[in-house]
Amino acid sequence: MIANYGYKDGSGEYYISIDTDKCINCEAGRACLTGCPKGMFETMTDDYDDEVVQIKQNFRRSLAYDCAGCKPAGGYTSLPCTTACTPGAVKHSW
Amino acid sequence: MITAGIDMGSRTVKVVLVEEENAGGKLNYVVKGKHLMFPGDLDGDAAADKAFDEALSSAGLDRAKVSAVFATGAGRKMVNFATDSVTEMSAGAKGVSWFFPTARTIVDVGAEEGRGIKTDGTGKATDFAGNEKCAAGAGSFAEAMSRALQLSLKEFGDASLRSDKSIPMNAQCTVFAESEVVSLIHSSTPKEDIAKAVLDAVASRVCAMVRRVGIDNDVVLIGGMVHNAGFVSSLKAAMDLQEVKLPDMPEFVSALGCALLAAERQH
Repeated sequence: MIANYGYKDGSGEYYISIDTDKCINCEAGRACLTGCPKGMFETMTDDYDDEVVQIKQNFRRSLAYDCAGCKPAGGYTSLPCTTACTPGAVKHSW
Repeated sequence: MITAGIDMGSRTVKVVLVEEENAGGKLNYVVKGKHLMFPGDLDGDAAADKAFDEALSSAGLDRAKVSAVFATGAGRKMVNFATDSVTEMSAGAKGVSWFFPTARTIVDVGAEEGRGIKTDGTGKATDFAGNEKCAAGAGSFAEAMSRALQLSLKEFGDASLRSDKSIPMNAQCTVFAESEVVSLIHSSTPKEDIAKAVLDAVASRVCAMVRRVGIDNDVVLIGGMVHNAGFVSSLKAAMDLQEVKLPDMPEFVSALGCALLAAERQH
């Protein structure tokens, strides 16, 4: 399943998508959990009893602001979360 | 075997009771009862309990006969007596597959949140997108705007069908949108044109969200907003679709899916 967490508002579309099929047997040892400087990722057991990661509820309405520090304007050339997720399960829409 | 699904929404509690029948080795599921209730207080567990009792009473069933109770919806964690809970996506996908096995895209618009769900035809969700932030793509927004126009929700939906104008509403926020509606009222814009502008705006937001997961036929619309004929028309136009399938009991689909998942997990 591709789970899209986020929102669209007047300034744009801000979604982090997680491909849970790539996430179930994580080859990166859940590196996203520590790779995100804000600790926005957490593990959960989905409806099919598989352990996957999701974006914590309290970050889902403010991704544009919470992720701003990791974008090029914050001095990063690549996103820490997508870099840490070597299976390529994590993507940003913006 | 009888199982129950409780959809604890932000505005209403929906309960569906399902009985499993074995017809020559093939399992069939029959809806034995359903009940919708507006919670009277903030105690979600007590509201769900009352709605459950009323569903059982209307179906002539005893609580002891129910093998499992699954909960879903925004308040699913409040239902303490539920044996398990599932997400709105899984419940919606399962419920829709019971009505329309050919469904591939589900548009679920409730009171507080809208979401787009892709399904594979087996009742499993494969992709979803919601809008966590703003109520302007959901039923509460339409309700607030109908109040501003002093129309009932039904009158509001029907009025929009009488308009052939397209007035763009740029507001992304319920609060700002209401001020746009007030401006339109002051400029003597007919109510039906304002109603259509509001529902077009909601449909546009919902459509943008569903496009994230992709629109494949058959498209099924579920949730309380299905009862708003104007919204259904606006959504079809926004998605450029000739046909959107509408189940008989759209607000109960997620509760039904929940009850079906509860039944399947007893095996």
